Amino acid sequence: MSLSVLRRSETVIALVLLAAMLLIGLINPAFWNLANLFSLARSNVVIGIMALGVLTVMISGGIDVSFPAFAVAAMYLTVRAMVAWDWQGVAGPFVMATAIGLALGLINAAFVYGLRMIPLIVTLGTGSLVRGFLLGVVGTSQVNIDRMPKSLIAFGSTELTSLSDPAGGHFALSAMLLIYLAMALLVHFLLTHTMLGRGIYALGSDGEAARRVGFDRRLTIFVVYALAGALAGFAGLLHGAMIWLANPRDFNGLELDVIAAVVLGGASIFGGRGSVLGTMLGVFMLVMVSNSLIIMHIATTWQRVVVGFIVIIATAATSWRDRRRIA
Amino acid sequence: MSEPLISLCGVSKSFGGVQALAGLSLTLRRGEIHCLAGENGSGKSTLIKIIAGIYRPDSGSVLIDGETVTQLDPITAIAHGIQVIYQDFSLFPTLTVAENLALPSEIHAGRRLVRWRHVHQLARAALARLGIDIDLAANVEALSTAERQLVAIARALMSAPRLLVMDEPTTTLTGREVERLFAIVRDIQRQGIAVLFVSHKIREMFDISERITVIRNGCVVAAGAIGEFNEAALARAMTGQEITAEGYRWMPPPGAKPRLEIRGLTVPGELQGIDLRVMPGEIIGISGLLGSGRTELALALFGLRPIHQGEIRVDGRAAALRSVQQAVSAGITYVPEDRLTEGLFLTQTINRNLLAASFEALSRYFLIDFARARRASANMIAEMQITTPSGERPVMELSGGNQQRVVIGRWLMRDARVLILNGPTVGVDVGSKAGIHRRIRDLAESRGVAVLMISDDLPELVQNCNRILILHRGKIVEEVMAEATTEAILSEILKALS
Amino acid sequence: MQFTMRRLFGADNNLLQLALLTLMIFALMTALAPDKFLRPYNLLSITYVAPELGLLSIAMMVTMLSGGIDLSVIGIANLSGILAGIFYHAYAGARGPELTAMAPLSVLGGILIALATGVLGGAINGVLIARLRITPILATIGSGQIFTGAALVLTGGPAIVGYPDGWGFIGNGAVFGIAMPLLVFLLLAGFVALLLTRTAFGINLALIGTNPKAAVFAGLRLVRTVFFSYVLSGTLASVAGVILSGRTNAAKSDYGVSYLLQAVLIAVLGGSNPAGGRGSVAGIIMALLALMLLSSGMQLLRFSNFMVDLVWGAFLLASIALNALRTRVR
Repeated sequence: MSLSVLRRSETVIALVLLAAMLLIGLINPAFWNLANLFSLARSNVVIGIMALGVLTVMISGGIDVSFPAFAVAAMYLTVRAMVAWDWQGVAGPFVMATAIGLALGLINAAFVYGLRMIPLIVTLGTGSLVRGFLLGVVGTSQVNIDRMPKSLIAFGSTELTSLSDPAGGHFALSAMLLIYLAMALLVHFLLTHTMLGRGIYALGSDGEAARRVGFDRRLTIFVVYALAGALAGFAGLLHGAMIWLANPRDFNGLELDVIAAVVLGGASIFGGRGSVLGTMLGVFMLVMVSNSLIIMHIATTWQRVVVGFIVIIATAATSWRDRRRIA
Repeated sequence: MSEPLISLCGVSKSFGGVQALAGLSLTLRRGEIHCLAGENGSGKSTLIKIIAGIYRPDSGSVLIDGETVTQLDPITAIAHGIQVIYQDFSLFPTLTVAENLALPSEIHAGRRLVRWRHVHQLARAALARLGIDIDLAANVEALSTAERQLVAIARALMSAPRLLVMDEPTTTLTGREVERLFAIVRDIQRQGIAVLFVSHKIREMFDISERITVIRNGCVVAAGAIGEFNEAALARAMTGQEITAEGYRWMPPPGAKPRLEIRGLTVPGELQGIDLRVMPGEIIGISGLLGSGRTELALALFGLRPIHQGEIRVDGRAAALRSVQQAVSAGITYVPEDRLTEGLFLTQTINRNLLAASFEALSRYFLIDFARARRASANMIAEMQITTPSGERPVMELSGGNQQRVVIGRWLMRDARVLILNGPTVGVDVGSKAGIHRRIRDLAESRGVAVLMISDDLPELVQNCNRILILHRGKIVEEVMAEATTEAILSEILKALS
Repeated sequence: MQFTMRRLFGADNNLLQLALLTLMIFALMTALAPDKFLRPYNLLSITYVAPELGLLSIAMMVTMLSGGIDLSVIGIANLSGILAGIFYHAYAGARGPELTAMAPLSVLGGILIALATGVLGGAINGVLIARLRITPILATIGSGQIFTGAALVLTGGPAIVGYPDGWGFIGNGAVFGIAMPLLVFLLLAGFVALLLTRTAFGINLALIGTNPKAAVFAGLRLVRTVFFSYVLSGTLASVAGVILSGRTNAAKSDYGVSYLLQAVLIAVLGGSNPAGGRGSVAGIIMALLALMLLSSGMQLLRFSNFMVDLVWGAFLLASIALNALRTRVR
């Protein structure tokens, strides 16, 4: 039946997204300007990469609220190290940031696996610890554009296409989008084409059954949280490179936006459900709505209210969906 | 006679102070259908877990193909060709049928990547082997219980097992589904695979098994070819008591008015025009196949089916039953089927569990009168003869029988006039079973409670009820007096329905 | 001896452990900064700062008792202070004697607005969780965004500064030398303790948290009880908001953000089980005391606030680890 396509969460989200785009375009046709669309796409990159990690954690039946702290720590520590050692380069710093995130993610995994503690509480604790360490021990001063490593700035400004609008302004499609897409493909491959990935779904679907069948719970949990940490670390540095600034106070409260996007994308907080495509659509929806407030002539202070409503509507819809399935 | 596949010799296992298995010996031969019979709590599930390698015996040995296996863990058990299908099937509800079937064998093949075409091939072949047709792309959560079981069986067969252990496979199946299952089990046997069929339903054992082993209190009490048994002997072996115990002798008190009257109770899609009158002190048995509407009847009376038609009167007064609270205040109470997940607050104290439904009633000016609460709870512990040093102990420390008394006692404290018991002795050991029956009969007599006893356990119904109703497709299709019937007659009636 | 100890501290020895921890922290801080730590001023200042966090922690504990969580408490607290502030400024201007020396009845009006905000915010959470059955984490993350967002929309970003003296008295005043916030806290803590241990509502809430399914079959009013637990937590949060804005004479949409983690930590450390069924006011007070002594000592030792965050996070993880190890030994 053609109904099965309709029933897929991705289809539903895509349709809602399309409707939202049409609506915003009606209110202000400027929405469809390439410049606006390019900048929207660019805003997806950092939050999207983080969302991939959160998606993986949520499929496994967990939750992670520590990744913004990990991201900012990885970014700030790496940039400070680059400044201190006068280190130019791109690959090295990204490896370092990713490694920092990964190591921190392993701590989460150790607590969740070894001590069987509720992931929300564990990640609240590690997040606070890491942020406290960063601001209390490492420092609170920003690394501004003048001291920011040139190599990072150059990398972050790489463009795919460069266009000029009639008014003489310049706009471009950021090459960072390719990185986002590559990461998404990678996570998609992990989740759908590896036994490990199916093990993540199996763990979130029924942990006891996963154990009986022979999935390795320890490996799965460590991979999931380490991946979330690594993706956050990578995205953190990418963020710094894209805005030419390393601010140790960044990403405050970002966990809510990312979780909102992932839930919006059809993942279930109870685990076992979710897809990369859905998450990317959810991220796009969230970024588009909150970035389009100005276009729709709404004050930006409304952003949080809008995000809050999106979270509640998305969770109400999914809880309604899950309840109908159980019934 | 074929060679032994797996033998347990003098196996013992205890948990804490409880001896689950006491020097038990059992031999399963290649390609036979062997029935492991026993009441709940007899040690069946411990035995299964020892065969599956999940528990290690305290003493005794396990022989496979005549050789002693010292370290039997789940992986070596699977390697020896032992597959267990648990009652909950161990499937992944949010994954597709194809994945549920193929992933386990892919794990054991040590694969790193999922080759989807291969997964679908494997899955299709597995279903074809059983001759069944289920949509491979459907999520398991969308399947019926019977279909899930078929998926679980198909999955177990994929690893080319030599022994398939099925733990109570028929509990949630309808009669026709049971027959299809049996056909499949016989087919599995023809493929040379031994089946250990674990059950407590006597009728089924005669239908399916070749040899039978009966265990009680962790010991083998009878064993042999099926031809050596008859139903009565088997029942005697399982329960350790004569079922011929006298029935519940109940005389309607002169001039008594019905305690519970149901007229034309209809719940769309579940119940159709149920009529029933129950006198004070009467115990009515209710049985029927799965999906017959017997649990739905209980839920409707307990206010959990807000949309219903018909009239329900308690002591002549019409009762509105739109919520549990309304049902309880009308005097209708319900002891659910699954004690652990639906009945008890396991980590809380016995007192709190007993008083759970009474705290509001025991409050004055919003404050609970704890002196009264303690007295009431102590009285109930005495009346229900709950064995415990103190009401302040956690309820999880009690035995199954005592826990059931707590749940029943909870309603007596609310002056239950109608007590609906769903599977009152499921998971209760044989000794406590008789005690609970005695309690229920006493309560009916002394307090004039009208009791509805829903059960699969036909001897239980014959022994304790004075009338027995059979439900089918939401209707009462048969009503018999207990004194005029036997378990065998009831069993025939039920079988004819499926 | 052990028996009496057990009686004193209830069935679990969690409280005893906490008391020992508090004593150890007290002794440590006294040893490290003897001249400063024991000064009355320091201990007195704790009685002004601790209550707002204490109220938020009790709010958190109440929702954990039912197996939920309330991550919107900070949003509710700030919104309450801001709405009252807007009311005062609309009523008597943004500064000047008319605002500061407002009549008690008008001050009361603002307090009622603040409390009503808490009741309403809690009721929204209650409807989302009890009626619509949205997972508490997500429901309160979402509603918390809306409350914080509403506060941001109303203020446009900057803090609302300037409150009537009567309002400030709740956050700064003292009665017979005892800090007003402390009095408010003790009153409410006593009230909640009474509610949880002596009323059907409280015990039913713990039963629901232990096993919601069994609660349905025991005839407990699940929806109503859970709903009121969120109303209660919202109301407590709004009182915390009153104290916070009274103490600082200002309210802002992003005040007290780090309180969220601290409230969760105190609740968990105080013996609440995030999976439901366990939690007590006494545990909260003990954990609050331990952590307030710790952070005030650290501030005296010139550690930054961020270091305090670090130590709190470490504390949360350590307490998880300890609890896990303890249950494993058993």
